[in-house]
Amino acid sequence: MTTLLVHRRPARGAASRLPAVVGGLAVALIAAVLLFPSWFATHSPETNDVLNAFAPPSADHLLGTDQLGRDVFSRLVHGARLSVTIGLVATVVGVVLGSALGLAAAAGGKWADVAVMRLTDVWLAFPEVLLALLVIALIGPGAANVAVAIGVAATPYYGRLVRGQALAVARSEYVEAARVLGIGPVRTALRHVLPNVGGPVVVLASLGTGSAVVAAAGLSLLGLGPLPPTPEWGAMLAEGQSYLSTAWWIAVFPGAAIVAVVLAVTALGRAVQSRSLR
Amino acid sequence: MRSVLRRVVAGVAVLWGAVTLTFLAVALTGGNQVDSVIGPDAASVPGLREQVAAQYGLDRPLVVQYADRLGGLLTGDLGRSYQRGQSVWGLLADQVGPTLALAATAAVTGVGLAVLLAVATAGRGRAVRRAASALEALIVALPPFWLGIVLLSVFSFGLRWFPAFGADGPASLVLPALALALPIAGVLAQVMRQELEVAEGRPFALSARARGLGERQLLLRHTLRHALLPVTTLSAWTVGTLVGGAVLVEQVFSRPGLGRVLVEAVKHRDTPVVTAVVTLAALVFVVTSALADLLYPVIDARLRTEEGR
Amino acid sequence: MNLVEVEGLDVSFGGARVVKDVSLHVAAGECLALVGESGSGKSVTARALLGLNRSASVTARALRVGGRDARAYGEKQWRDVRGAEVGLVSQDALVALDPLRRVGDEVVEALRLHRPGEREAWPARVVEALAEAGVGEPARRARQYPHQLSGGLRQRALIAAALAARPALLIADEPTTALDVVVQRQILRLLAELTAGGRGLLLISHDLAVVASLAHRVAVMRDGEVVETGPTSRVLTRPSHPYTRMLVDAARGAHPAREPVVDPVPLVRVDAVGKSFGPHRVVDGVSLTIGAGETVGLVGESGSGKTTVARVVMGLTEPDQGAVTLRGEPWSGLPERARRARRRDVQLISQNPLAAFDPRYTVARIVGEALPRAGRAERVRELLASVGLAPDLAARRPHQLSGGQRQRVAIARALAPDPAVLVCDEPVSALDVSVQAQVLDLLADLQRRTGVALLFITHDLRVVEGISDRLLIMKDGVVVEQGATADVFREPRHPYTRELLAAVPRLDEVAAPV
Repeated sequence: MTTLLVHRRPARGAASRLPAVVGGLAVALIAAVLLFPSWFATHSPETNDVLNAFAPPSADHLLGTDQLGRDVFSRLVHGARLSVTIGLVATVVGVVLGSALGLAAAAGGKWADVAVMRLTDVWLAFPEVLLALLVIALIGPGAANVAVAIGVAATPYYGRLVRGQALAVARSEYVEAARVLGIGPVRTALRHVLPNVGGPVVVLASLGTGSAVVAAAGLSLLGLGPLPPTPEWGAMLAEGQSYLSTAWWIAVFPGAAIVAVVLAVTALGRAVQSRSLR
Repeated sequence: MRSVLRRVVAGVAVLWGAVTLTFLAVALTGGNQVDSVIGPDAASVPGLREQVAAQYGLDRPLVVQYADRLGGLLTGDLGRSYQRGQSVWGLLADQVGPTLALAATAAVTGVGLAVLLAVATAGRGRAVRRAASALEALIVALPPFWLGIVLLSVFSFGLRWFPAFGADGPASLVLPALALALPIAGVLAQVMRQELEVAEGRPFALSARARGLGERQLLLRHTLRHALLPVTTLSAWTVGTLVGGAVLVEQVFSRPGLGRVLVEAVKHRDTPVVTAVVTLAALVFVVTSALADLLYPVIDARLRTEEGR
Repeated sequence: MNLVEVEGLDVSFGGARVVKDVSLHVAAGECLALVGESGSGKSVTARALLGLNRSASVTARALRVGGRDARAYGEKQWRDVRGAEVGLVSQDALVALDPLRRVGDEVVEALRLHRPGEREAWPARVVEALAEAGVGEPARRARQYPHQLSGGLRQRALIAAALAARPALLIADEPTTALDVVVQRQILRLLAELTAGGRGLLLISHDLAVVASLAHRVAVMRDGEVVETGPTSRVLTRPSHPYTRMLVDAARGAHPAREPVVDPVPLVRVDAVGKSFGPHRVVDGVSLTIGAGETVGLVGESGSGKTTVARVVMGLTEPDQGAVTLRGEPWSGLPERARRARRRDVQLISQNPLAAFDPRYTVARIVGEALPRAGRAERVRELLASVGLAPDLAARRPHQLSGGQRQRVAIARALAPDPAVLVCDEPVSALDVSVQAQVLDLLADLQRRTGVALLFITHDLRVVEGISDRLLIMKDGVVVEQGATADVFREPRHPYTRELLAAVPRLDEVAAPV
C-alpha cells in the first residue's frame, strides 16, 4: 500500500544503543556498590571525627564531611544498600500485589474485572506519597514498613498494566491461532500469555524502581525511615538540611545519588522497552 | 448534559470508595488506635483503655462507626484528633489554604512551562529536539524535595534572592513552587513533544502541508490540539499528585500547610487526621480528573457521543 | 502546456536512492497514471512535485511546475505552489483530514493561505468546492466533522479541500484504495469529470485496473525507475516490459482454468446459521457446504457478515441459530474440550499474519507449534519448502519478514496439522499485486497436491474468479446469490451481484487519448 505518511523512524544503531549501554553499566556499578560497599568507600561510614566536621569536598574527603566529621562519600556508598534495597523491595511488593489483582481481574470473569477496576479507580485517587503515609500511620515507621507502604501505593499501576496486557494478549489473534491449532488453555497460558504479559511488567518495574527509591528517600526525609546513625540517603538529606546555609554538600550529594540511580534504571527500562517494541 | 451528571456521580462514587477503603484499612489494622490516643506511658493504667475507647466511640460495632463516619462527612465533621483531642477540621482549616496555593501555583507553572518548551522546540532541527528531550529526561528524574534543597542553597543561601523558609508573600512561594513544577513540566513536555511528533507524521499533516501550510501554522492550527488531549489527562493526574509532593516540599522549606500537620499525625499514628488529609487529596484528584474529562469533548469532537451522523 | 514537467528526477534518503532518473509530464486535461507496488518510489516521486520530501536530497535535470523552474525553490516558494498550483489527495480521508476540525475548516485552509484578500468570498467558495467534489448538502457537510461522514463523502471532502484554491494540477495518491468497490467507482468517475473539465491529474495507484478507465497515459514504476511508459491502450494491450506484462496479467485475473470438482464428499455443512451482536443481526440464515478438494468463494463488502461466517465455520463463534457439522458430526454447540482434538481438521489463514504470530516466536517455533516433538525440525523444513521458503528463514522472527513471506509462514503453519479445510479470510488483500498472484498460485498448487478444501473469503471478485469452483455473494448478513463461479460471472441474477460486477475495475475500459 502506498501512503504518503512522512514518518521518520528514530535512528537505530549505535546512537540509540548508547542509553542502553550507559544505563546497563550504571546499573551494574550500582549493584557492585550495593554488594561490596567496602571496595568503594574511603572511610568508615560511622566514625565520628568532630575536629574535622563540615570540611568541604577535598582530595581526602571527596564529597566533604558532615556535622560529625563523617565522610559523606563513604556514607553515600554504604547508604546505597539500604536506600536502593527499600526501593527494590517496594517494587517487588507492588509487582506481586498488582499482578495478583490484575490476573484476578483478567481471568476471574466480568464481575471480578469490574470489582478490581473500581477498586483501582479509588486506589489511584490517592496520591502515592499520601497513601504511603497512611499505610505508615497504620503499621508504623521503619525501613521495612516504608518499603511495604510504597509498594502498596504503587500496586494499582501494576494491577492495571497486568490486567490490560493479559486481556489484550488473551484476545490477540496469536492466542486464537493457538486455539485453532488445538492447543489447550494451560499450554497457551504458559507459552503465550505469561511471557507476553511479563515483558511490559519488567519495563514498568524498572522505571518504577526509580520512583520507589525517590519515595523511600522522601519518607525517610520526613523521619519515618531507618533511624540514625544508619547511613541512608533520605536520612542524610534530612540531617544535612539543617546545615544548608554553611555546608551545602551534606544534603546535596545524597540527592544527587538518588538522581543518578533514577537516571540509570530509567535508561535501562527505556532501552528494554524500545527493544521489546521492535 | 447527561455526561456531566454521569461524571459527577462517578466522582462521588470514587470518593465514597476512598472513604470506605480508608475506614476499612484503619479498622483492619485496628487494635492500636486506642494505644495511640493513650500513649505508651499511660498504657498500664487500669480502665483507661475502655474509657478512651468509649470517649472516641471506638467501642461501638464497626457498622455503626462506619455510618457515623459517612454521616459526619456529609455535615463536614471529619472526627477528632487522637493526639490533640480537638476536631480534625479545626486542625486543618488554616493549613489547607497555603498547601492549595502552593499546589495550584506549581500546577499552572508546570503546565505553562511544558507547553512553552514543547512549542518552542517542536518542528526545530534534530539537535534542538535532542537537547530538549535530554533536558526533560534529566528534570523528570529530580525529586522535588531535593530540587528544593538545591534551589535553597543556590538562591536563598547563595544569592539571597528569596527567603529560605516561611510563607510570607509571593516571594516565599517562588522556590517551592518551582521545585514542584519543574519535574512536572519535564514529564508534560516529554509527552507533549512525542504527541506533536506523532501528529506531525500523520497523514492529515501531509494534507495540510500540501495545501501550503508552514510548520508554525501546522503546529498552531492542527498538531497542538492533538497533543493537548493526552496532556490534559496527564495534567489532571499530576495536579492530584502535587498535593502529595507538596507535603515533602513544605517540609524542606519549613512552610506551614497540610504537610506539617500530616507528618506529625503520621508519627503519632493519629489516623483521623491522616485519613482526613488523604481523603482531601482524593477529592482534589477526583475534581481535577472530572474537569479533564469534561474538557475532552471540547478538544475532540469525536467524543461528543450525542451527535449522530 | 505542461502543468508539470520532470526530467531525470533523483531522490535519495541518506545513502538510499529511492527514485532514479524519473521523467514525466502532465498536461492540462490529461491524466497520467503512475503505477507501481509498495516501495516502487511512486509516492516519493509525487511528493517531489510538491517539494515535500523533507530530509531527502532531490535533484533533477529539469523540474518545471506551472511553467516555472522549481529546482531552486526555497520552502517559501514551494508553499506558494502547494494548494494553489498543485493539490494533493491522499489515500484514506479518515486520517488525511484532521479529525479534530470541521470539514469546512479544512477546505477553507487553502483559501486562507492563497486568497488572503478575499475573506468575504471564502464561505461561498467552500460550499462551491464541496459541490464540485459531488458532496450533497455542502453547507451542512462543511459544519460536520470527518467522522460524521461516510467513507465516500469523506474522500469527496478531501478532494474538495484540494480543489479549493483551484489548482491546475491534482495529485491523487491511491485515492480509492480504502473504499468499497461501488464507492471506488463513483470517486473514479468524479476524478474523470475533473480531468474532462481541464485539470491535469497525476493518479498514483498499485492497481492497473483502477487506472485503466481514467488514465490517458501510464508510467509503470519499479524499484525507483520508470520501466515503461506510454498511452494506456498500448501499455495494456502490448506491454513491452516483463514487469508490466506481469501486472497486466494479474489485473486481468489470468489464472489457469480449473477442473471443477464433481460431487465432492461434504466436509463442512453450515445449516441456516444466524448470529447477532447486541441488536445487530450480522449473519442471517446462511447455509453452505464445503466439499473435499473444492474451493468455495465467499464475497462481500465490509460489514456484510462474511468474517462472522468464517468464524462460525472455524468454531470460534457460536451461532445463535442453525448448526454446523464437520465430517457429518456436530461442530457447533460443543464445549471447547470436545472440539479441541478435531480442530486440526479446520485451519485458518488471516489477512494480517503478523498479528496472528506470537511476536517473540521464530518462524520455526510458529510453524512447529502444534507438531509432535519427534521429527519436528524435519517436518518444519518440509513445510517451509512446500510454501517456497528457504530453510534459513526458520530462525527469523515475523517482523523481519516481508508481507508475502509472512503469509507463506501462515500457510505453512496452517498446513502443519494436515487439515481437511483451510479457511482463508482475505489472505491476499494486504499484499502487493505481484505477491498476491504468487500466494494465490501457491494456494492453488497446494490444493492440487494435498486435496485440501478452501473457503476463500474476500471483498475482491477479481481474486476469486480464477481460484474458486463456487461463489456465494453476501450482503447485510444474507447470501444473495450463489452458484458455479463461471455462471455467476456470466449471468448474475441478483441486482447486487450485477452492481458488484459492474464496479470491478476492468482493463478493457480504456480511456480515450486526449
